[in-house]
Formats: sequence, C-alpha cells, structure tokens
Amino acid sequence: MIRLEKRPAPSRAWGVAAPLLAVTLTMAAGAGLFALLGTDPLAAIRTIFWDPLFNEQFASYSRPQLLVKAGPLILIAIGLSLGFRAGVWNIGAEGQYIMGAVAGAGVALAFYPLEAWFIFPLMVIAGGLGGWAWAMIPAILKTRFRTNEILVSLLLVYVAEQVLASMSLGLMRNPEGGGFPGSRNLQQYPAAANPERIAGTGMHWGVVTALIAVIATYVLLHRHMLGFQIRLAGQSPRAARFAGVDPNRLVVICLGTSGALAGLAGLFEVAGPAGQVSIDFNVGYGFTAIIVAFLGRLHPVGILLAGLLMALTYIGGELAQFMLGLPAAAIQAFQGMLLFFLLGVDVLSNFRIRLGRREVA
Amino acid sequence: MNRRTLLATAAFAIGLAGAASAQDSTKVGFVFVGPIGDGGWTYEHNQGRLAVEEHFGDAVETVYQESVPEGADAERVLTQMALSGADLIFTTSFGYMDPTLNVAAKFPNVKFEHATGYKRADNVGTYSARFYEGRAVQGHIAGKLTESNIIGYIASYPIPEVIRGINAAYIHAKKVNPDVQFKVIWAYTWFDPAKEADAATALIEQGADVILQHTDSTAPQAAAEKAGNVYTFGQASDMGEYAPMPRVSSIIDNWAPYYIDRVQAVIDSTWESDDTWDGIGAGMVKIGEITDAVPADVKAEALALKEAIANGDYHPFTGPLNKQDGTVWLAEGETADDGTLLGMDFYVEGLTGEIPQ
Repeated sequence: MIRLEKRPAPSRAWGVAAPLLAVTLTMAAGAGLFALLGTDPLAAIRTIFWDPLFNEQFASYSRPQLLVKAGPLILIAIGLSLGFRAGVWNIGAEGQYIMGAVAGAGVALAFYPLEAWFIFPLMVIAGGLGGWAWAMIPAILKTRFRTNEILVSLLLVYVAEQVLASMSLGLMRNPEGGGFPGSRNLQQYPAAANPERIAGTGMHWGVVTALIAVIATYVLLHRHMLGFQIRLAGQSPRAARFAGVDPNRLVVICLGTSGALAGLAGLFEVAGPAGQVSIDFNVGYGFTAIIVAFLGRLHPVGILLAGLLMALTYIGGELAQFMLGLPAAAIQAFQGMLLFFLLGVDVLSNFRIRLGRREVA
Repeated sequence: MNRRTLLATAAFAIGLAGAASAQDSTKVGFVFVGPIGDGGWTYEHNQGRLAVEEHFGDAVETVYQESVPEGADAERVLTQMALSGADLIFTTSFGYMDPTLNVAAKFPNVKFEHATGYKRADNVGTYSARFYEGRAVQGHIAGKLTESNIIGYIASYPIPEVIRGINAAYIHAKKVNPDVQFKVIWAYTWFDPAKEADAATALIEQGADVILQHTDSTAPQAAAEKAGNVYTFGQASDMGEYAPMPRVSSIIDNWAPYYIDRVQAVIDSTWESDDTWDGIGAGMVKIGEITDAVPADVKAEALALKEAIANGDYHPFTGPLNKQDGTVWLAEGETADDGTLLGMDFYVEGLTGEIPQ
C-alpha cells in the first residue's frame, strides 16, 4: 500500500531534486514516445538536448539562438513570477508583449528615417509603457470593481491581437511594401535596430535586460520590504493585511511590473529577431512564459534555468523534426510532458511516500 | 577511453556521416506553414516532396519541418536546414519571404525557392500558381448554385493573392447571376480549424449557401456538412472526403512537376533564380472532380470555362471591369497585366465591404 504523508515543511532536498527528476522522467517517457513513432529514441534525445549545444555543424549557430529564444521567455516569466507569488494572476502577458512591441515600433516608425542616438532609448521606454498600460486595465478593473484579473488579462490578449493586425494592415504598414501587410523592417533601420551586441553570441539588449531582471528580482525578493510583502501576501493574505500590506497596491505593482517587462520583451523582439510588426508577430512567448515561471519554481535563478531549458527543447525540437522526421506534434507533446512531470513530482517536496500498511494509531 | 574523447569521437563520427551523405545525394529541404496533415495547402506541398523522393530515389534526400511560424522562428529553421547541408530549400508560405532572403544572403551556395513571394536574389527564386484561374471556375459554379444569392468567402490575409481570388470568383459568379452578393470574413490565419469553422458557421447564419475558402483546413467543409444544403469547394487540395456534398469541386495545387524540375536543375547545376507563375494550362492548378450535386449543364459550362482558360482563349480578368469605386480598370476586351495582378489591392465593382486597412 502506498500512502502520501504531508511533510511538516516542504523538503528542500526534493525542491532541488524534483526538477531534475522531472527532466529525467520526461526524457524516459519521451524516448518511449519516439520509439513508438519508429525513431531511434537515443538519437532523438541526443538531437534535442545535445546537438543544439555541441554538434559541430550546428552548435556555433544554435547556442546563441538559445539566448535569443530564452531571453523573452525569461524576461516575461520573471515579471509573472512576482504576481504569481503574491496571488495576482496575470495570464495576459502575450497581450502586453504585443502592445509593448506595437508602442516601441510605433516610436521607431514615427522617427523614420532619422538617425539619432535617442531613438532606441525612447523605444525602450515606449515598449515598457505600452505593456504597463495594457496591464493597468485589469489592475484598475480589479482594484476598483473587483473584476477577475485572470479573465480580463486573458481576454485582452485577443484585443491586442486585433490591434496588432490593424497596425500591420493600416497605420504601420510599410509604404514601400507593395500593399502587403507588415511594417518596415527595423533591422534595416540602424537607429532602431536591436542587433547582437557581440557578434556570434545572440546577446541582444533583450537578453541583457532579462539577466538584469533576474538579478534585480532576486534582490527584491530577498532583501527588500516589497519582496517580503509579495511573498507574505501569497502565503497568507490575512496575515499580510494585518501586517499593513495594501492588497490593491500589490495588485497594481505586480500587474504593472509584469506588464512592463512583457512589453519590453515585445519591444526587443520586434526591433531585433522579428524585425517588423506583422500580423503573426506573437508566437506565444507570453503563454509559454507561464510554464517557464512555474518550471523555475517562481524563483529568479530557477526561471533563468527553466527559460534556457525551454529554449533548448524548442531549438532541439526543430532539429529533431527535420533531422529525424519527427512530427511537430510529438515535440509539443514532449514539451507538455516536461510540465506534467514537474507538477507531478512536485508532490514529493510537500509529501512523503510511505510504503506498507498503515500503522495503528 | 575517457568520457571526453568518447564524446569527441562520437561528434567526429556524426560530422563524418553528415559530410558523407552531403556528397552522395542532393539534400532538399521544405519548410511548411501548417502540419502536413492539414488536408490542404501544406498537404499538397508535402505530396510534391514525396513525389520528389519517389522520382529521384536515393539520389535525393528530403527533409521538412512543419508548422513553422512566419517570422523570427522561420529564420532559425532555415539557417539550421542550410547548416545541415541542404542544397535546395523550398519555403512554402508568403510570410517566409524576408527570412528566406536573410538566410539566403548568408548561404550563397544554397538555393532557395520561395512560394508566392515577390522578392528574389541570385540564389532565391519564386514560384506560385495562378489560383485565380481556378477561382473563376469556382465562381461560375457558385453563382449558378446559390439560391439565397449570398456566397460566403473565408479569406485569410488581405494580401494580393487572396484579393485576386475574391475578385476572380466574384466576377464569374456575377456574370451568371447578377443578383449575387459576396460576404467576406477575414480569418487572419492560413490554418486554424477552430477559427475557420467559426467563420463558416457565421457565414451560413448570415444566409450564405455557398462557402468559398482561402484557408487550408477542412473545417469549413465539416461545418457546411453539419448545416446541410451548403456547397463548398476544396481548397489547395481535393478534400474529396467531403464529396459529393458539401464539396462539389476543388482547386488542387499540383507542385510535384515543378519540384522535380527544380531539383533536377540543382543536380545538373543549371539552376537559376527565376519567377514561375503557372496556371491551369501548365498543370500547376487543377480543378477537382465536379460532383453530381452540380447540374449537368453547369458542369459542362464550368469545364468549358476551364478549357478556355487552359488553352489561353480566355483570361479571367478581361474588361470591361471597373474598380469598386467605379473608376475604370480594364476597357472592353482588355486583359489585366501580371504586374497589376501581383499587386492587386482593390476590389472590383460590385463587391461590398472594404479590404481591411
């Protein structure tokens, strides 16, 4: 007989071991899945986890791409983790990401073709503000009218997608694009472009900002009164209120910060790897970042690692698709398993498994 | 042997294997916007890929990647394919245009073929099919079939290719049915079964009894089947599993001959960047079987129209035609030039609603 016994306090050892176990279990189950699909499971696992980092043909290209892919995930997930810790559920980072990109690109396109040093900093400010403003809608509705921020922030994603489509087709459409939707390519506008800082590293300003956000959040959570309040509000809202924490203020701060960071991620993406405002600009970073935040235990360092791991499964997954002919759906199922096993083994840090008969009390 | 040397040896062996296969056979990559099982656009491109494999056997190795988003991800996928030793890469959606050119600039020895785009380079050619020829035949049948005089159109993106299709279908529906009305829904997707089904249902609720689609899934066919008494046409692929009703005919993209031809050119080292735009005549666009749900006389007319287009007797855009705002576009007997067609950003007279701006 197997029984779960609640631990008096979450196990620290399992807190560290659980993600590792989850990754191991994912690899094992994934290998089974790939074998059923008729692919050599070892080759598949190697292609996903090893080749992007160490293959001679690819690694010099895919290693930097890891940062490019992980950058926005980490930046958004860091913002979300603050809210999630405090019990403020921002599910609409995808929308804030879009609005940040639109606002930032708007600044660039307004100045085109002027070359001036202040354009990129202005874009960064506009990008952050765009995401922040979009997140303020659920924040104000929640604090004023007690609406549910999960629903409002999520539904605003679809509004943002319509704004994006309208911008790509109308106001921001490239006048030299022959009538096709999409803005000018910012990569070809030096004052607004966000290229690699050091050639061959993938390190653009978005990645730099993500790393700064990781450090800043670590300091905030562990050394700062606001961080304490955030943690307290999440663990015990009643105690937080007695301790003088204003819940409305926390809602505004958490949604605002996560919105601003998502907006920044959008801006760095639109000025860098994506290059232009287009109808399909958003590819789900805002939603994937939710997984990254939980995969990283809502801990800044955890999120950093989780973002890199997630990026690795994306890039490795792409390689596995065309190197081994695995279907895209198998790769997505594989990524899903990762979250599934992580949440599954999470039980081990809060519970102890007891084998054998129940002792007589 | 310690771990490090073991890994190094393994890596070396992989590298060797890669180099060897690159020498033996020609490697052809395909980048798809939807899943190969979409039953429409991507399905037909993949059929073309399979035809290449069958035609060349061991001389050619093909690789593909499905459901690649149009944007930054496409650039990475293309780069990785080029790095893996591909000699020729087909990028099969409009949105891959800039990524294709960016990557092509970095790999001058790799040839690229971009479908439905208009930008070329020394190692980037473009190709597309004159789908509007098929749309004309479709419009003719649709105009004859509709009883409510309302034809629904699920459009994807407001780009010239899609607008051209709407215009071609409308002109020929109107010719046989002056009272016909088009209702257009812009889905902003190439492949999204849920959105496509919603659009079809909305159109049917607005009274449409014929649904045309420029999206890639069979979801509109399923929605029409459920509603009953609604006619549809297969898009990009035959979608024959919905025949004889609701699917009464289809436009089939036939890429195989072109793909085989271009791969052969790479093998012979005669490949050059060019722009191919073939239609029914060259066999790149096919009209799927017209089922018995269509009256025999309508079927005969439709086939005659197809024949006339195929042998060049008739151009689907022949004047007199006015633009939506009433200004003259083509005078009596005048036919549209390819330049105008490729950049088409206006509706013809009679269509209601606006192209989204």
